[in-house]
Amino acid sequence: MKNNNPRILKRIWIISALLLVVLIITMALGISVGSTGSNIKETLFSLMGLEKADPMLETIIWRIRLPRVFLATLVGAALSLGGLVFQALLRNPLAEPYILGISSGSGIGAIMGILTGLSPFPGVSLAAFTGSIATLLLLLFMTSGKTLLKKNILLLSGVMVNAFCAAFIMFLISITQDDRLHNIIFWLMGDLSMADLQQVWLLAAVVVPCAVLIFSLSNTMNLFLMGKELAQTMGVNIKVITATLLVATSIMVSATVAACGPIGFVGLVIPHLLRLVVGPDHRVLVPACLLGGSSYVVLCDILARTLPEQGEMPAGVITAMIGAPLFIILLKKSS
Amino acid sequence: MKPSIQATSIHAAYGTIPVLQDVSFSIHKGEFFIVIGPNGSGKTTLLKILSAITPFKSGTLEIAGTPMGKYSRRSLARIMALVPQTVPEDLPFTVRELILMARAPRMGLLGLEREQDIRLAEEAMAFTGVEPLAERKMDQLSGGERQRVFIARAICQEPQIILLDEPTAALDLAHQVRVMDLMEKLREEKGLTVVMVSHDINLAAMYGNRLMLLKKGRIVKMGLPAEVLTFKTLEEAYECPLLVDESPLGNFQRVTLVPRKFIDERLQSMTTQKKP
Repeated sequence: MKNNNPRILKRIWIISALLLVVLIITMALGISVGSTGSNIKETLFSLMGLEKADPMLETIIWRIRLPRVFLATLVGAALSLGGLVFQALLRNPLAEPYILGISSGSGIGAIMGILTGLSPFPGVSLAAFTGSIATLLLLLFMTSGKTLLKKNILLLSGVMVNAFCAAFIMFLISITQDDRLHNIIFWLMGDLSMADLQQVWLLAAVVVPCAVLIFSLSNTMNLFLMGKELAQTMGVNIKVITATLLVATSIMVSATVAACGPIGFVGLVIPHLLRLVVGPDHRVLVPACLLGGSSYVVLCDILARTLPEQGEMPAGVITAMIGAPLFIILLKKSS
Repeated sequence: MKPSIQATSIHAAYGTIPVLQDVSFSIHKGEFFIVIGPNGSGKTTLLKILSAITPFKSGTLEIAGTPMGKYSRRSLARIMALVPQTVPEDLPFTVRELILMARAPRMGLLGLEREQDIRLAEEAMAFTGVEPLAERKMDQLSGGERQRVFIARAICQEPQIILLDEPTAALDLAHQVRVMDLMEKLREEKGLTVVMVSHDINLAAMYGNRLMLLKKGRIVKMGLPAEVLTFKTLEEAYECPLLVDESPLGNFQRVTLVPRKFIDERLQSMTTQKKP
């Protein structure tokens, strides 16, 4: 074994490369396939600038499908990484990116935005982001000081905040009667169809730095698994690291939810699935979750666009409908 | 030479309840120092203070000649390693992976292992005899095996001081002796300072260079086993009838519990003797 080429680095590269290939294939497929039919050859040629497709298809590819696929990629990456971090942080296999109330907080923001007649972007997105950050601040305030270290307090406070916000959302829905109700419900189901490139860049500007920061703490997350006391004696400043991970993940997930609503199950199913496949080491799991989560959401979005004969489904419906059974099958197989 | 650990007048409390009061001691380099005492005497709290998990209220604590407050967690982790009493049972790592993780305080952020780290992990496994388990998952090990793996993990951290929290509590007799022998070997061959919290007075008598007997957060007695393990001090600390005599193995104390029925019999025989 060479000094500058540790075994773990090789594993990170190999697994990332494999998953990157999968992601590129699904992305290419996602750009080629749509409700207007699939034209893989023309699309690929057009993308590579080899040959111009007809103007109609050009517009569809560049204006509609490309932003949408990029959005799905970012959303999948952020949500599955968010799930991974929360599962490690809370030492709870049921933790997912929304467990601390981020989605319902942004839900309140988004619904308020829709009810006051804001435009979908940036109006409603901004309102949703504000809602989830407000929820995060409330949670941090509630658990401030030393109680942040008692993970059950964080978890329980989060669950309570979530329950309260969910009830408030139900209240808002119950007093809404006109066609805005449809918008609200579609938003709550998680929907990628409103993607535009500007939104994609904005989301990337939030997700990428957070993901890099989390990757840099991936070995520390391994130490977390040994329990907080032992991790401390191995040089981990639990308080600082917990707060950093919590805030970085929450901001990343908030931006995601603001962009497309709460797309469910990605953050639960992808980290567990990858843990079964690539093992428990977070240095491998972080890049694997980023790439695997992206592929999963892009794939689910392709199905959401093409399965219904007319119109389309929200991608959030597909991620959950595939995710839950897949998870159960894997669980049975592994045990 | 500066002592490994120098504590002066340590006070600690959980809320308003005092746990340690005016505890002062110094532990020399290469010493096998064992803290004994009844439940709730503050033994475990003391160990947590030494490993910087729990803060103390007042007093001074120096580790290898430097005040505790001047260490970062990382720099302290290079000097001191802990073998905890309980660890999560569902650790998803293999034995080798877990032991290698002990190198974290000396590695970069991502913990990319160097050749030297792998060699030290192998050495730690050989020292504790867990090499055959190297590729096993942690959740497939028995209690004794897991304990030895965590000792190997602590050794791999390359500390000057090793802290152990009741390492023999959940082990059968053979494994108890094995763990204690391992600690003695560690002390003799690597010159490590070993600080152990234990419930087992007899093991403490056989292996400890010096003992500290705590009760309700105060030191009852500290010194050589022969000085600490006397009938009077032990009965004062544990508040139960004990028999202290010399072990048939050699020049150290043997402490035997005296069950109630034996006391009654003795009392009876004493009273019958008194009757004319």
